[in-house]
Amino acid sequence: MSFTKLTTSALAIAALSATTAAARDQVQVAGSSTVLPYAAIVAEAFGENFDFPTPVVESGGSSAGLKRFCEGVGENTIDIANSSRPIRESDIEVCTANGVTDIIEVRFGYDGIVFASQLDGPAFTAFEPADIFNALAENVLVDGAIVENPHTQWADFNADLPAADILAFIPGTKHGTREVFEDKVLLQGCEDTGAMQAMMDGGMDEDAAEDACISVRGGGVTVDIDGDYTETLARVDSNPNGIGVFGLAFYENNTDKLKVATVGGVEPKTETIATGEYPVSRPLFFYIKKAHIGVIPGLKEYAEFFVLDDIAGPDGPLSDYGLVADPELVMTQDAVSNETTLP
Amino acid sequence: MTDLTNAPTGAAPRRFGSLLEESPRTKRRNAAEKRFRIYGMCAVGVGLIFLAALLFAIVRNGIPAFTQTYMTVQVELLAEKLDKNGNRDIDDIKKVSTFGYNPLIDTALEKAVAQAGIETEITRGKDLRDMLSSGAAAQIRDVVIANPELIGSVQDFTVLTSSRVDGYMKGRVDRESLARDPNLSPAHLDIVDGLVANGAIDRVFNLAFITGADASESRPEQAGMGVAILGSFFMMLVVLVLSLPIGVAASIYLEEFAPQNAFTDFIEVNISNLAAVPSIVFGILGLAVFIQFAHLPQSAPIVGGLTLTLMTLPTIVISTRASLKSVPPSIRDAALGVGASKMQSVFHHVLPLAMPGILTGTIIGLAQALGETAPLLLIGMVGYIATNYPEGVASGFLDPNSAMPAQIFEWAKRADPAYYERAWGGIIILLVFLLTMNLIAILLRRRFERRW
Repeated sequence: MSFTKLTTSALAIAALSATTAAARDQVQVAGSSTVLPYAAIVAEAFGENFDFPTPVVESGGSSAGLKRFCEGVGENTIDIANSSRPIRESDIEVCTANGVTDIIEVRFGYDGIVFASQLDGPAFTAFEPADIFNALAENVLVDGAIVENPHTQWADFNADLPAADILAFIPGTKHGTREVFEDKVLLQGCEDTGAMQAMMDGGMDEDAAEDACISVRGGGVTVDIDGDYTETLARVDSNPNGIGVFGLAFYENNTDKLKVATVGGVEPKTETIATGEYPVSRPLFFYIKKAHIGVIPGLKEYAEFFVLDDIAGPDGPLSDYGLVADPELVMTQDAVSNETTLP
Repeated sequence: MTDLTNAPTGAAPRRFGSLLEESPRTKRRNAAEKRFRIYGMCAVGVGLIFLAALLFAIVRNGIPAFTQTYMTVQVELLAEKLDKNGNRDIDDIKKVSTFGYNPLIDTALEKAVAQAGIETEITRGKDLRDMLSSGAAAQIRDVVIANPELIGSVQDFTVLTSSRVDGYMKGRVDRESLARDPNLSPAHLDIVDGLVANGAIDRVFNLAFITGADASESRPEQAGMGVAILGSFFMMLVVLVLSLPIGVAASIYLEEFAPQNAFTDFIEVNISNLAAVPSIVFGILGLAVFIQFAHLPQSAPIVGGLTLTLMTLPTIVISTRASLKSVPPSIRDAALGVGASKMQSVFHHVLPLAMPGILTGTIIGLAQALGETAPLLLIGMVGYIATNYPEGVASGFLDPNSAMPAQIFEWAKRADPAYYERAWGGIIILLVFLLTMNLIAILLRRRFERRW
């Protein structure tokens, strides 16, 4: 057992040397990979404009970030969790159980979710939520009856769409983007096609019908992408018929390879998302541990800097990168400076 | 009777064939050997083709990262913008954020375009600024804060151009690909052409890529490997300091002193098993033990180093034991025969003779650890992490940092295609380090190895 003994003693030495070390002087952020680019842009500018060290930003997904956020209070826990979905009751319960009680919620803008395909591929230029639902859902309404999805080509259910095989790369379930895709596209399409009503008429209650609406076909027709948009791009790049789900910012950085489809006749642009015309968008958040303000130098300054008009406003660098500025940014700024916590 | 004696002689000439003429059986055997040699050469050939393709892809995609496009602009550092009170108080000057410098750059660009005599539909300075990196303002601000006396004068600054302009200079971006790009328009490229002819825009060797810090997603042109290289360095230091003594001590004991029984056999088998454990498992172990249990700081090179130590130990133990075993027993017997104690025989005779093998094994173990990414994913070393140079040794071990392979992984994920080129460039740097380490290992072995 000398191996384990030696390892444990090495561990003990390391732990001792670490506890004697100086306190952390750097803001640590983790969470949503959608928010990561924005947080990194802010962190970089923050490091340039203040005497504080540049904050570090890790990715890993909204849920993973909030889980780490709720691990407890102290220097070896993160200060800020980035999230592309609002914090849930269940997250707050975990937080409370671990002593993380005062949480400041900051909504700093909106992100559009777009459907894009290969530039030279079939003409996927306009979708309705109903089209996406008919193509990707597990059960659809055909001739008044709920049946297992029989469609193999887009033109099977909508003659305006190209006669190309259905293939979609959608975000995996650990992504916050998946939830928006389900709520704003699949569920909407389910209602639009009348499938939801048909399911409820068939004896399902509303929750069961909603669950049935958002379940996708799988089986090689829909592919869950658990990685980043780069992976989705690689898949779309090698499949001319493939449709990928991307964030607006990612699409805008890769317009030489991708073409975007309108949803409900509206082209996804920062303007149309800000006005709410483009239907598939979601707010972006970060959450601050109030207990760390005053302990970790630069934490409050970073948060205040993040929501400045110069940064998160319509002409700021975040907007240049693809963020849709929050029309109510002033309220967010007040909330940050007053350290308003969640009830 | 005659029939009986004649029968075997009839068969005899076939059994003892001519030496000059190959029998069909020999022919078959020789043909089989020839075929096998061809298979072998094919196998080697296929391997070489793959290696060549890989190296070609790496070099072709990565080399552009080692040059970078810069633009020289004449910026007037207006006193009324940078120092409103006019008393050159450093705190007042610091209050002007990087956004305050943008109008100065806009004006400078408008002038530069007018001076070069370029006709363009883009007239607003703010739109012209799309050609420059958003880091330009920070660069000028840093110079002004370091030299407040420059305020009021006109200075030449050589600043980074944006990644799209850089891509155009490298042939990655053209007018067609920009047609639908919101970040830069084809009209900008006409200006770039004019400024290149003018000498204001130039592509030079990119030292900042090797020494610089990571940058955010909006400015890939500024991203460098420097901080991640330091992170890897501090991690390797931890790995070396921990795994060499522990590994060598463990293997000397097991090889020279430990009794041969079921228990030591069990340990031996487990060390071999440990060497085959996937590295991600060590990552989870590191997360659970070092961060969640021992409360070491997250994303710190010390945690990365400790995790990689666990991974490297079995490699070092195995190679050390092999090199101890290769020292002939006669050396030990002779030492014991002239009255040395067991420990003296090991430390004065066996260990020095085994040293080249041990060092080679250690360097190869370190090289393996240097290229390891998977465990680092779990202990938070991937993301926008490698942003600050460590301020000394303690900070090098304890402050958040990334490592070379983790940095490459992170770049490969980012949206801007310019980061893709950077990821390949990072691979070249990593490979140079690995090749150097392996070369040192080979040289050590050549120089000191003894054959018995």
